[in-house]
Amino acid sequence: MFDDFLSITIKYLPRLMTGAVSTIKITAIGVSLGFGIGLAVGFVRAYRVPVADRILRTYIDIIRGTPLLVQVFFIFFGLPNFVGRPIPPLTAGIAAIAINSGAYFGEIIRGAVQSVHRGQIEAARSIGLSWFKAMRHVIWPQAFLMALPSLGNQFIISLKDTSLLAVISVEELTRNGQIIIAATFRAFQIWLLVAIIYLIMTGAAAYILGRMESRLSRYVYR
Amino acid sequence: MNNKIIIELRNIHKSFGELHVLKGIDLSVREGEVLAIIGPSGCGKSTLLRCINLLERPEQGQVIFDGKNLLEKGIDINHIRARLGIVFQSYNLFPHKNVLDNITLGLQEVLGMSREEAVALAKEQLARVGLADKLNAWPSQLSGGQQQRVAIARALAMTPRAILLDEVTSALDPETIGEVLAVMKALAKEGMTMIVVTHEMGFAREVADRVVFMDQGMILEEGPPERVFENPTHQRTRDFISKIL
Ligand SMILES: Nc1ncnc2c1ncn2[C@@H]1O[C@H](COP(=O)(O)OP(=O)(O)OP(=O)(O)O)[C@@H](O)[C@H]1O
Ligand SMILES: [Mg+2]
Repeated sequence: MFDDFLSITIKYLPRLMTGAVSTIKITAIGVSLGFGIGLAVGFVRAYRVPVADRILRTYIDIIRGTPLLVQVFFIFFGLPNFVGRPIPPLTAGIAAIAINSGAYFGEIIRGAVQSVHRGQIEAARSIGLSWFKAMRHVIWPQAFLMALPSLGNQFIISLKDTSLLAVISVEELTRNGQIIIAATFRAFQIWLLVAIIYLIMTGAAAYILGRMESRLSRYVYR
Repeated sequence: MNNKIIIELRNIHKSFGELHVLKGIDLSVREGEVLAIIGPSGCGKSTLLRCINLLERPEQGQVIFDGKNLLEKGIDINHIRARLGIVFQSYNLFPHKNVLDNITLGLQEVLGMSREEAVALAKEQLARVGLADKLNAWPSQLSGGQQQRVAIARALAMTPRAILLDEVTSALDPETIGEVLAVMKALAKEGMTMIVVTHEMGFAREVADRVVFMDQGMILEEGPPERVFENPTHQRTRDFISKIL
């Protein structure tokens, strides 16, 4: 059964790698959008902007209280009924990752912003910085450093979550694995390869995040 | 000291919810004057200072700085704040920026200086507080007294018209209090307008031109330090001074 392990691997690895590249692209776009959402959500909630705070809390409750798979189905199969035309799988998938990670990023960022010492915003405002500049130059860099481990964690979760998009036939790594297995019946070998490729991607992400953390936190312990 | 009034408070009221903290404060400060504010804990000294640069917004009264009522609409409060330095008990240096960048941030982002101008001015101000060699240090590497002097340099770099100091030595080790007081004395000598909330009665007596005693959100007594310390007219002032000296 394993006699042609190597030849099968060589034959199908390019297809898996194509899938991996699209996993990376979906993650990059989805998580970037999600991070943008998270920034807005985090600051609005940290400073309790009236009305917006209530609305965003509902958004977070909905995302955290429902499975990602249901969110994906809702966007891909549900929303078209509402907007009146189909949504391409890739678009739906990226939207799901963005909206989902946005809620989690938002909570992480809110917590980090709130934990920056109150004296920091006062010191920043008292030398004349506008609220926005105070956030940008004083509050955010400190909040970001504090949040980095959790943000990195969510990044890796979202990367793995993209595998769920196989169910709406987005041709990312997991989906390509399924397709190859359908043609070769090599479930053990292909899933093993798929798992290894995910491990390499998450391992690389964890490594880069670790480097970033130690680079940025050079002032913390001295 | 000349006669020009630079800061004037008229009938300032400030509450936090039900708590009426400032109950009609009238106070004026002349250019070059050193004013010391003393009073028991919780009487509203910090709140008063924070009302001057509008870190807290009084709900009644006028805050007049350089002839302008800061509570009026259309005032660019950010530029006013740059010219009205405040230094806090807890220093509040930016921990993610080195000493130099703690000072250049406001110069570049508020006053719009170039990097070179900002660095040159920051170095000058650090020399003024005796920390020219700490340019590249992180705040976490400095002693409390050194951090507080950087905070003073940060405020001075903005070339303020007046500077507000809120118990800037209370969080310091006894050994480092002296170095901060020395910087403050030098500033007073240079003619800087200063409003100093302090528990350092020695400093108030020696450096202040005028002492204000606050109690329960009001100014109970004010005058030259000799008179307020030696000959207070109110029993409350007398009690406070005898307790603290
Ligand atoms: N942001 C705030 N919210 C609610 N209450 C406050 C706030 N700031 C100050 N207070 C209250 O207002 C009162 C006056 O406070 P303030 O800090 O001005 O006193 P202080 O004279 O500076 O005291 P200390 O000598 O202890 O520094 C206190 O009762 C304090 O608890
Ligand atoms: Mg105080």
